[in-house]
Amino acid sequence: MDKFNTFTGIVCPLDRSNVDTDAIIPKQFLKSIKRSGFGPNLFDEWRYLDHGEPGMDNSKRAVNPDFVLNDPRYQGAQILLARENFGCGSSREHAPWALEDYGFKVILAPSFADIFFNNCFKNGLLPIVLKEEIIDSLFKMAMGGQPLEMTVDLQDQRLKLPSGEGIDFEVDPFRKDCLLNGLDDIGLTLQHVEAIRAYEERRRREAPWLFGS
Amino acid sequence: MSAKTLYDKLWESHLVRSEADGTALIYIDRHLVHEVTSPQAFEGLRLAGRKPWRVDANLATPDHNVPTTPREGGVEAIRDPISRTQVETLDANCRDFGITEFQMLDPRQGIVHVIGPEQGATLPGMTVVCGDSHTSTHGAMGALAFGIGTSEVEHVLATQCLIQKKSKAMQIRVEGELGRGVTAKDVVLAIIGEIGTAGGTGYAIEFAGSAIEALSIEGRLTLCNMAIEAGARAGFVAVDDKTIDYVKGRPYAPEGELWEQAVASWRTLHSDRGAQFDRVVTLDATAIRPQVTWGTSPEMVVAVDQRVPDPGEESDGVKAEGMQRALDYMGLQAGTPITEIPLDRVFIGSCTNSRIEDLRAAADVARGRRVAGNVKQALVVPGSGLVKAEAEAEGLDKVFIDAGFEWREPGCSMCLAMNADRLESGERCASTSNRNFEGRQGQGGRTHLVSPAMAAAAAVAGRFVDLADLDKG
Ligand code: SF4
Repeated sequence: MDKFNTFTGIVCPLDRSNVDTDAIIPKQFLKSIKRSGFGPNLFDEWRYLDHGEPGMDNSKRAVNPDFVLNDPRYQGAQILLARENFGCGSSREHAPWALEDYGFKVILAPSFADIFFNNCFKNGLLPIVLKEEIIDSLFKMAMGGQPLEMTVDLQDQRLKLPSGEGIDFEVDPFRKDCLLNGLDDIGLTLQHVEAIRAYEERRRREAPWLFGS
Repeated sequence: MSAKTLYDKLWESHLVRSEADGTALIYIDRHLVHEVTSPQAFEGLRLAGRKPWRVDANLATPDHNVPTTPREGGVEAIRDPISRTQVETLDANCRDFGITEFQMLDPRQGIVHVIGPEQGATLPGMTVVCGDSHTSTHGAMGALAFGIGTSEVEHVLATQCLIQKKSKAMQIRVEGELGRGVTAKDVVLAIIGEIGTAGGTGYAIEFAGSAIEALSIEGRLTLCNMAIEAGARAGFVAVDDKTIDYVKGRPYAPEGELWEQAVASWRTLHSDRGAQFDRVVTLDATAIRPQVTWGTSPEMVVAVDQRVPDPGEESDGVKAEGMQRALDYMGLQAGTPITEIPLDRVFIGSCTNSRIEDLRAAADVARGRRVAGNVKQALVVPGSGLVKAEAEAEGLDKVFIDAGFEWREPGCSMCLAMNADRLESGERCASTSNRNFEGRQGQGGRTHLVSPAMAAAAAVAGRFVDLADLDKG
């Protein structure tokens, strides 16, 4: 995983609540057995006018001009501004893969669905929960004539607006550390091989039926 | 010792280690694997040169992509090349890593969440995970079961553990007796209607109360299946005699002395008297009527004798907009009685409602009746090969076929339309599955979530109908 460095990026406002993972990456794209290349099909059903299938040349498809990702103001956006319960529904990790592959690094929302929230961290994406009022005001700024650019500083847990105003945010210290250092979970866990073996030994005595052949 | 919730007990017995900030390493007893969310995990294992930590903790089966039409040609005959690749990839990965798999032609193949309990591969007191959000289903056995992402699938394969934080504990009590024709599906839809699809976010939900105790294990599986639609990763029910009777004699269940030892341990799997929950919600079972969703989120639900709600009467602006968008997508007018909504297709199946009791309930309604002329297709897809065989031994297949339903091979099928079973744009379906999101059953398809009995009644009436009114014509 790449290290998460401070960056400045454009905010893309997606003004819908309960955006589910089916919408983020429709199921026909789950059939891939790889983990990259999902970006062009992010929000496929909203983004294109035709029905998308894997293997299509996306550059030849008719885009939906009314969908925010296709708005010229938000090209190259790295920060997605969303509404409540973002990422609900199926646990597919293809959703964060698609967001990340598209170029998003940060998602701002008043709330996220649990599984999606966890999956983000594992894929170098930073989901940030902000109060409803702050999200509302960010929507106002981002939907104005000029695209909104902000700086995301994970080390200091702070978003910086062009006005100089700062917005502090919370992040789990463990997740923060993993993102900043680009650590992978499996490597971290395997530092505790002894503890896992000790647990197994004890458990095997207490509940032997859980250990089959 | 202070009183513990069932969740406390399940959590503590699986704790390998924890950090000061609450980040914990949790041991996983059972890992279920299917073809859609596992290929990248196996790819990751290979790339890192890792092996599964404990091969015998894994059980695999293909379910999302498999055809539900006759399978004489085997995997090679799966028409969609990408579906075929996924099924072949699962077969190859299980072979390479030595993982037990019920392959497509195995009589035990089925939807992972149906075969886990059916095989006794899901036992009380276990931690059960799968790269699928409906893993909450297994909580019905008194297990801590939840869905995980593909990175976590790889993590469990490599370490037999997961990095987790403890959730808050919610208890949902449903008290009283359910009315006639009111099923576990109606109970869970009513719960979601009450607390909303984000109501359980951050919580593990214990379902309790006299109405839950009265449910069969299969009903509890239906209930826990949809805990995730209420936002909770895990939902579970305390162990009682029904749980233990259900497990006894299943292929993966312990036997002899081990069985006695296991049962003694399982008897402790309930919340202690006086245990504290972070939130308690109570519902009156007698007030729950058969439910039908009208929108594109499971919380958009009303009773069959009600009308499609009016966004104009919703004071919250964002909510009203969401309702209007749902009505537009669903092609519905506010104020329409639910019983006047005509249907194009009916789907009876999915990990929510494809077990034998579900098929019996649907067959009871279908028996001696005919699918209505306006219904183009009414599918019945059993949850596993064994459910199918049991249903056929009882003659349920004939009941369905005589009534004009199609009787299929087991799999996820039209629940998410990854195989050939799907809705055409604009078609309206009464479905016993768990998600009515836009495009879930096919692009532009319109899904109404209902119980198996309601789905069968809708098939024969051609519209939604209160079961009590069915005989009156
Ligand atoms: S039946 Fe539907 S919800 Fe259940 S595992 Fe299959 S696709 Fe998922």
